[in-house]
Amino acid sequence: MTEFLQVVLSGLATGSIYALAAIGFTLLWQASQTINFAQGEFVMLPAFFVLIGMHVLGMPLIAAMIFALILSLILLGVIFKKFVIEPMLPHGTLPIVMATIALGILMKETVKEFYSAEAQPYPSLVADRTLDFFGAAVSTQDILNLVVSMLVVVALQFFLSGTRTGRSMQATAQNPQVAEILGVNIKRMVLYTFLINAALAAVASFLISPIYLAKFSNGEPIGLVAFIAAIVGGFNQIRGALVGGLLIGVVDNLAAIYVSAQYRAAVPLILLIVIILVRPQGLLGKAEGRAV
Amino acid sequence: MTAHVRNAADAGASVLSVRNISKAFGGIKAVDDVSFDVNSGEILGLIGPNGSGKSTLFNCILGQLKPDQGEVRVNGQSVAGKRACDLNKLGVGRTFQMLQVFPQMTVLENIILAGQEHQGTMFTRLFGPSDAGLTEEAAKLIDFFRLGHLRDELAGSLSYGQQKLLDAAMAFMAGPSLVLLDEPAGGVNLTMLENLKERLVAFNRERGSTFVVIEHNMDFVMSLCTRILVLAGGRIIAEGTPAEIRSNPEVIEAYLGG
Amino acid sequence: MNSRNLILVLVGIAALIAAPLGQGNYVIYVLCSWLIFSIAAMGLNLTLGYAGQVSLAQAAFMGIGAYTTALLTMAGVHWIFAAPAAMVLCFVIGLVLGYPALRVQHHFLAFVTLAFSTLTFLVLRNEEWLTGGSLGLVGIMRPKFLGFDTMPQLHFYYFTLAVFVLVALLFWGLVHSPWGRAFKALRENPIRANSLGVDIRRMTLLAFAIGSALGGLAGALAAPLVQFIDPPAFSLMHSLKILLMVVVGGSGYFFGPILGAGLVIVMPEFLRFTEGYYLMIYAAMVLVLMIVCPTGLIGLGRKFASQFKGRSVRGDLKEGAKL
Repeated sequence: MTEFLQVVLSGLATGSIYALAAIGFTLLWQASQTINFAQGEFVMLPAFFVLIGMHVLGMPLIAAMIFALILSLILLGVIFKKFVIEPMLPHGTLPIVMATIALGILMKETVKEFYSAEAQPYPSLVADRTLDFFGAAVSTQDILNLVVSMLVVVALQFFLSGTRTGRSMQATAQNPQVAEILGVNIKRMVLYTFLINAALAAVASFLISPIYLAKFSNGEPIGLVAFIAAIVGGFNQIRGALVGGLLIGVVDNLAAIYVSAQYRAAVPLILLIVIILVRPQGLLGKAEGRAV
Repeated sequence: MTAHVRNAADAGASVLSVRNISKAFGGIKAVDDVSFDVNSGEILGLIGPNGSGKSTLFNCILGQLKPDQGEVRVNGQSVAGKRACDLNKLGVGRTFQMLQVFPQMTVLENIILAGQEHQGTMFTRLFGPSDAGLTEEAAKLIDFFRLGHLRDELAGSLSYGQQKLLDAAMAFMAGPSLVLLDEPAGGVNLTMLENLKERLVAFNRERGSTFVVIEHNMDFVMSLCTRILVLAGGRIIAEGTPAEIRSNPEVIEAYLGG
Repeated sequence: MNSRNLILVLVGIAALIAAPLGQGNYVIYVLCSWLIFSIAAMGLNLTLGYAGQVSLAQAAFMGIGAYTTALLTMAGVHWIFAAPAAMVLCFVIGLVLGYPALRVQHHFLAFVTLAFSTLTFLVLRNEEWLTGGSLGLVGIMRPKFLGFDTMPQLHFYYFTLAVFVLVALLFWGLVHSPWGRAFKALRENPIRANSLGVDIRRMTLLAFAIGSALGGLAGALAAPLVQFIDPPAFSLMHSLKILLMVVVGGSGYFFGPILGAGLVIVMPEFLRFTEGYYLMIYAAMVLVLMIVCPTGLIGLGRKFASQFKGRSVRGDLKEGAKL
């Protein structure tokens, strides 16, 4: 039982990071019908910005993180939207899918060639200790991850439903035509969405890298998990992506212990297929229009 | 009203029967207990101010929306739960508000496509002739709509008016017993409009086909239709010949007040 | 097909017959893989270019085809039976996978196939008793046909070429049948197609299943070509590669995937001097192509061609104005 609790808690901690990536993924989809196949690489990259800040520019950790955040907002937010997505929007989903796949490979290879192909140790914000929680050993990093992720999600939720800009963003996502009539600056709202996605990716990166180390190839599994989390939770809402992320984190951790290690990676995939079979709108999703 | 339609209507069985259809969106009744019949050979116009429930009613008839209550039957069969392709097989043709042709296919291909699913089986459509034996029939229809000289042009290279004709022609290819036209006159210039109307009337006369038309353009509706229903606030407030509708004070009130 | 195109195709086939003559084993090997990947890409083109669905599992289907063929031929079944068995298996898996995904939302097939691709990799790697695990299967024999032994590289090339030409002909027939017309209609305007009686769910599913079966056939050829198969050869990365072939060449065009496959297979040879930067340059090129011309190379070619032709294409507009 103690082991179970321990596994669940650390699963929640990783799951909360997956949730950040999944939420960003969902937001992009809502705002601009962009399926970002480079989402995993978006989470991989900011950790390297931090490392560059620290080891190349000699910044302290916090300064390097701010540096990385700003760089992420510019590259993964503004540049990504203006120069990659925007020109392709009139041509439907397919070119975007291809371009983001290519972008993912480009990011991955660039890091591999210009930084390192080896996994890089990455500094944590907290000293690595384990705390006792009803008999279960929980690491300080896990607690930090859970707390920071939840704070980010709550703040985001507050921003989206509690502020004027946030509500305009939601209106844009739901019905751009109507939003425009109501005087919402759609283009700006879409840009905000891309910025939020970039910020979420950066935070996810800062949190996950101390656990998995920073490595160029980290993006693929993270991206896959983010997709799965988004779909499992219900493709078109934040709460869904959050629940999906947490669930995948826990299921993945449980699978590692209770299913063969070889098939651990298969469990979330099977979960995905089962969800699509029996509850295609996702756990929390409302039934959307069928594809005719 | 022209004599032939009167006869057809008198003799005609009900092709479309709408019974007590209601549909509400979050407490607002878009369609409120609407019933009517469309008889074989009729051209029925459905008019009403914006937000009167025309489109909702249309979508209920086409099975795109599930009505809260009531029933729609086409040739005696309920449309409930039918997908668009099944409804088409039942003999319902339609056009959309927005222009809908296949721009990268030729005019002929567009028309053949519109008929091929009614020919043979999945098997013969794979191994049989590539035109499903429809070239001749398609060519006739294309000529009827005066697009003969454009037969092998890509539909996307046609002018808007020509595409509109093609769009309508596609809805007729499979020989439907009922055709629903959603704002056929939208965005069409005046000369083109006359041409379209003339072709629709000729088609109705020659083949005895039945139309339901949603339209904003009053002149178009008045001169095309044999009978008109006026919707306002989700209910039918008037019904009659174009002449009767034109002089109905309630209708004038609904349009001016609405 | 008009006579000019027919001549072009015949010249193309003649060139394919002449291409390997006097070439070393490696060049012939590259040519073989081009033809094989062309078949896989043609299959995916049906799914993607004609039915408008993204499949990320084409390499997985190749893997299933390759392992099925390898296991059957190693058990003494002739290739001529093993390959169709592989195709049927892929077709059925395609149906099973596609049915639930296409029932719901159109972009779901991408995710289901993504998951399937990874699952296939895991099964191939973990089920050692069947697949040999990460060591793979070694010693796959090349087939003999009535005394024509495909063991020599050149012979295998002609065998592959024969299959390729046959597939291309059948594919041509398919896309020019009423089914093909329905596929094109799905891509251009699924809602309108549905209202004209095209059962879009069924046609999309069939396009995906047929496309998957062609992936299986490509695998059935790849296994005896390399005579050794292991799981990484059929990973997600390779599915993406096949997807690139289709999109870069021009999805929805008959010759697009063949051109794309050539480019994707041959490009590494040209970019060899860039060494480690190869993938990077490659990805950057795809990115730029997608931004500049989302319809792929053939689309780009057509764009230029129509610019040369000028306004003659829309000459009918004058007539239209009269209407």
